[in-house]
Amino acid sequence: MTATGATASPRRRWRVSEETRWAFIFLLPWIIGFLIFTAGPMIASLYLSFTDYNVIRPPDPVGLENYEQLMRDRRIPLSLVNTAVYAGLNVPATIIISLALAMLLLRVGRAAGFFRNVFYLPNLTPAVAVGTLYLLLLSGNGLLNRIIGVFGIDGPNWLTDPSWAKQGIVIMSLWTLGSTVIIYFAALKNVPVELYEAAKIDGASAWQQFRNITVPFISGALFFTLIVNTIASLQIFAEVFTMFFTTRSGPAQDSALFYTIYLFQKAFQDLDMGYASAMAWLLFVIILVITLIQVRLSRRFVYYAGEGG
Amino acid sequence: MQTGGVGGAPPPTSMTAAAPPQALTARRGEARTPASIASQAVYLVALFGATLVFVFPFVWLLSASLKTRTDVFSNELFPLPLHFENYVQIFQIVPLAGWFTNSTIVSVLAAVTVTISSALVAFGFAYFRFPGRNILFGLVLASMMLPGAVMMIPNFLIWNALGQVNSPTFAPLWAGNLFGSAFYIFLLRQFFLGLPREVFEAARVDGANYLRMFWSIAVPLTRAALIVVFIFELKAAWTDLMRPLIFLRDLSLFTLPQGLNYLVTIFNPQAGGQGQFQLVMAASVLITAPMIIVFFFAQRYFIEGIATTGSKG
Repeated sequence: MTATGATASPRRRWRVSEETRWAFIFLLPWIIGFLIFTAGPMIASLYLSFTDYNVIRPPDPVGLENYEQLMRDRRIPLSLVNTAVYAGLNVPATIIISLALAMLLLRVGRAAGFFRNVFYLPNLTPAVAVGTLYLLLLSGNGLLNRIIGVFGIDGPNWLTDPSWAKQGIVIMSLWTLGSTVIIYFAALKNVPVELYEAAKIDGASAWQQFRNITVPFISGALFFTLIVNTIASLQIFAEVFTMFFTTRSGPAQDSALFYTIYLFQKAFQDLDMGYASAMAWLLFVIILVITLIQVRLSRRFVYYAGEGG
Repeated sequence: MQTGGVGGAPPPTSMTAAAPPQALTARRGEARTPASIASQAVYLVALFGATLVFVFPFVWLLSASLKTRTDVFSNELFPLPLHFENYVQIFQIVPLAGWFTNSTIVSVLAAVTVTISSALVAFGFAYFRFPGRNILFGLVLASMMLPGAVMMIPNFLIWNALGQVNSPTFAPLWAGNLFGSAFYIFLLRQFFLGLPREVFEAARVDGANYLRMFWSIAVPLTRAALIVVFIFELKAAWTDLMRPLIFLRDLSLFTLPQGLNYLVTIFNPQAGGQGQFQLVMAASVLITAPMIIVFFFAQRYFIEGIATTGSKG
């Protein structure tokens, strides 16, 4: 490519070239935003996590007290386990069902576009409205229990039974898996058909074709959706807040208390900003560690088509 | 995300729906034998079944919004007479029209500002060569990983200090977008990198300055990607609950999701409310409908936008 900058630099290194000046004009919005809304807040939030702060009085440094309280607060492990169980159910289920639907789409030719768009419709529903709708569908005598009742199953009240609340929330979340289907469908269309034909001639079974052709070819999309869905699941908020936490207390609240909800309550309902900042940093570290592990795994398993070596 | 090299990133996949036609035609060519026609039928039936699962909740929502207060939890689909007056009543009970206006203002401002600012920054990263570029772009990628919940408290404190909490400017809900958003910068940069450099060099010779070049060459050539950014942000702002909950207090300033959440607090029978759940359902229909309409007109951009983000991972 061209090298405008190269001609300007040798003699007067300290002088900023015209190109550099222009570059920073274009970058200026982001640089300002990064300092004010990202870097600054991160430092502030780290500082606040070592203070007692309720917005009204100035922050009062308390050393490690908030972090010690994190260890003692029983609602921390409770909300972490709730979140982990939810993510552990939701992410694999989302991936498996989306992949199955995308593979079905691939087999119906032109009709695929219609079905794909229909599957995406629930994603357009604002999370709060998803919550209100499922307050209706998941109630004791709601639609879901009516349907499974046809098969002779006596469904629980998904909204009040603590041992079924999370499963209910997973069912609700699966309704909005359409964007994952879109990603898989796009990836599957790029798998060369000749590979399957060659495999068939070699007598490979359907499972072998799936395992050795499909999965490697769409592994990039699989890992992308794994990471994105995991991060999103760990931060689920709006639907569950509307369904379970618009009341002061509820029978299934302990079961639906996800980490972000507890963080929100501590920060903006109890105004315990110092403690909530410590909670936010714990969440940040957890998400960072999980993402790094997933990225590591992806280096091992993801096959990038056309990558030389 | 393994690229990040100097100008060596792969060109973006095309935004036109020219996806590999061979894959489909080859399969369609096969589908002539009775056995394959039968299996085709099985697939279609399975997909129609799935369609029912995805669409029926919408039908149920619509049905519930037209029921009476006592029938709303019943399992009858569209019992007659239909109570369209629910949709009138909801506007009388809460300032729903105002919430619509607020949500529209916030969403449009958020989408317009983030599209322009992200495009500027993305162009800066894609076109220019300057010291520190890779480090700065690395920061963009890193800030993409930051969970939103972590930034919420400090952001609240900033806007609080600026006197913008519960303000009719709605600044906390959109003004941050004036500074670009990491994910959109990343996405748009890929598209700008895909433009052949010659189109710019020709303009340089003609004496166009960089801003003109951006505006009259880069922007028109990446229109599709810019529309994707716009509608993604429009949807994100339209559906967001947490920010309004944090920043807005007066009923008259609420956005739609926040208002709907408020309706649940006053009407949810499980909350000991008056149990006017049919009104909650009517409001849910009204808040969902605009996004469905936007989707109807911009399907291509939604679908290709999502597919593209998936392939950029």
